[in-house]
Amino acid sequence: MITINAQSIAFILFSLFILGGGLGVVTTRNLIHGALYLILSLFGVAGFFVLLSAPFLAAVQVLVYIGAIAILIIFAVMLTRSMTSLTEAFNRQWWLAGLVGGLLFIFLAAGIILPVWGASSAYAGQPVSDVVATTTDLGIALVDGNQYVLPFEVASLLLTAAMIGAIVIARDDE
Amino acid sequence: MEQQCRDLINTLAACMVAGGTDPNLANLLSALLGVVLVATLPLVTVILLIWVERKFAARIQDRLGPNRVGPFGLLQSVADALKMLTKEDITPAGADRFIFNLAPIIAFAVVVLIWAVIPFTPLHVGSDLSVGILYFVGVGSIGAVKVMVAGWSSNNKYALLGAFRTIAQLVSYEVPMILALLIPVMMAGSMSMQDITRAQGGMWYIFASPLAFLIFFISNLAETGRAPFDLIEAESELVAGYNIEYSGFKFGMFMAGEFMHVFTVAVLTAVLFLGGWWGPGVEQIPALGFVYLGLKTMAVYFAMLLIRNTVPRFRIDQVMNFNWKFMVPLSIVVVLVQAFLMRITTSLGLAPNEAGDFVSNLPQTIVLLLGNLAIIAVVLNMIRNRGRQQRLADEAAAAHSDLAHPAGAPAGD
Amino acid sequence: MQLLNEWAFIGVFFAIAWVFPLLPIAGSWFLRPHKPNAIKQQTYECGVETVGDTWVQFKVQYYIYALVFLVFDVEMVFLFPWAVAYKQLDWFAFGAGFLFIFLLADALIYAWRKNALEWI
Repeated sequence: MITINAQSIAFILFSLFILGGGLGVVTTRNLIHGALYLILSLFGVAGFFVLLSAPFLAAVQVLVYIGAIAILIIFAVMLTRSMTSLTEAFNRQWWLAGLVGGLLFIFLAAGIILPVWGASSAYAGQPVSDVVATTTDLGIALVDGNQYVLPFEVASLLLTAAMIGAIVIARDDE
Repeated sequence: MEQQCRDLINTLAACMVAGGTDPNLANLLSALLGVVLVATLPLVTVILLIWVERKFAARIQDRLGPNRVGPFGLLQSVADALKMLTKEDITPAGADRFIFNLAPIIAFAVVVLIWAVIPFTPLHVGSDLSVGILYFVGVGSIGAVKVMVAGWSSNNKYALLGAFRTIAQLVSYEVPMILALLIPVMMAGSMSMQDITRAQGGMWYIFASPLAFLIFFISNLAETGRAPFDLIEAESELVAGYNIEYSGFKFGMFMAGEFMHVFTVAVLTAVLFLGGWWGPGVEQIPALGFVYLGLKTMAVYFAMLLIRNTVPRFRIDQVMNFNWKFMVPLSIVVVLVQAFLMRITTSLGLAPNEAGDFVSNLPQTIVLLLGNLAIIAVVLNMIRNRGRQQRLADEAAAAHSDLAHPAGAPAGD
Repeated sequence: MQLLNEWAFIGVFFAIAWVFPLLPIAGSWFLRPHKPNAIKQQTYECGVETVGDTWVQFKVQYYIYALVFLVFDVEMVFLFPWAVAYKQLDWFAFGAGFLFIFLLADALIYAWRKNALEWI
């Protein structure tokens, strides 16, 4: 069932990136190290997008998550006094997070093992779609009156609201 | 199979399979060879470019520049590299060792990675990604991570302060840069570098949208930390910015990475706005494209050198204001005007045809150029009015203070 | 498959790009002197010893620049597909894109008026 080829090797490698990065994020005491592990993890996700033939999303993943959000997180860490040299663990609710994470894992694993999504499900064997969507298709769909033009504009509005809210919160000293 | 074997670089894998090699191995080997070829090119060029840059700066400053090592001092960079190899490498106390050593490697590698998508000739491109432009921007944005990592791990206040300033500048100037990139994408209808170059066969995009070219050029000066935006080095304030604690070849990696980055953005400017490999006879002899691309790149590069050696440095608040209050609004206007004019010309049937030759491109280009000139006129007028108001306000203030303190009176109490 | 091959090249590139800087750094290990001492390895400072923790608190302005950048970055993600498809789009799509960019400009004007873009 599992064949060893370049794609499966890449899949395993990216999985290791994601899992190793995620493990690093939750185990390290140093917040900057945590941010770097997060970058590794996000990079693995970008690799998954490439394997799924979604190069646009892969580029977006690197551009937005590694280039912007990781930087934002590091800035936020540096803004907070004495957060970087923190040595004591302050995650007292780790058991709750562990519980939620474990339940989610069981739920997803059940979805794959039980005949819902996996190889034994009703969808197995059927071609997902014979049309490969390109970035051009995405662009046309985004501004098509019958398709996604409303979400497109709402996204812009949402981002505007996000920026205004962030500025109001960050500058409440005035 | 014989037919496929003609162009050795592109069809090496096919040739090897024809010769009886395992297809997977052949693909891997040809990819490896391609990567080494593509990546070595900037490495070799940068050694020469450092010499060019130093000679050029020397001539402007009425000096001779390097002239001892080798003919005309050509081997000066090699000598410098050897010297750096033998220098002691100091890791400051309290540094985060692993990350400290990782930073110069990231710094150099990300610049090499950009070269993967640059089309050298009509046939030769490392990898013609369908999202080539976003690949460039994405890989470029990893550059901010390297600065952060270097500045933070050094355990030095200057380094950290320098890193923060650098990142603030890098992320700020990325906004107008990406907005300017929208224009070639709109005109070519593709994000692949090769497609964008091919679409410029009839008309280079610098003629259709000189403003987009200028915005891209200027924001790249800031992205690469070139004068007048070189205050991320700021020898007199932050001593050397984020890489202050680095010595030996690790410092060399940062320096070589910066030189290569400048050259890389010069290549990209040539590809996106100056027609890349296009030139007379390139369709008959594709290899000529390499020469044309090199010439155009050097033109952009010399413009950067000229600016570097003649323009004084900005202050940090001026850098930020210039970006957020001039470059970003201007690039938004440029994108909107471009979209509007392209829509109108398409409605009127003036858009270039499928062939995309010079004549069919002419009407749309003229309309777009006029639109750009109109924006330039409006902006210049706004700047002039603003300057006049400022001057009048200054004169009024000066007259007022003259009244309060007559000339010749001792200033201050 | 062709798509993946282009990316396989990028994958190989990522796998060996870091070798280029690593080689000279590793090579210099054999050539350079190794004589560390406590004074040499002190943190660089202008003639005096450093005082206090290096990782000091930074002002909020850096964070605001990064936030504004993030908003613009996400907007770009939507604008690039629009730009790629632009030649095939009609006036309606132009209006949709115009409104999108206008809202973006709106956010910028707000930040400007609130002096959030000021370097303080």
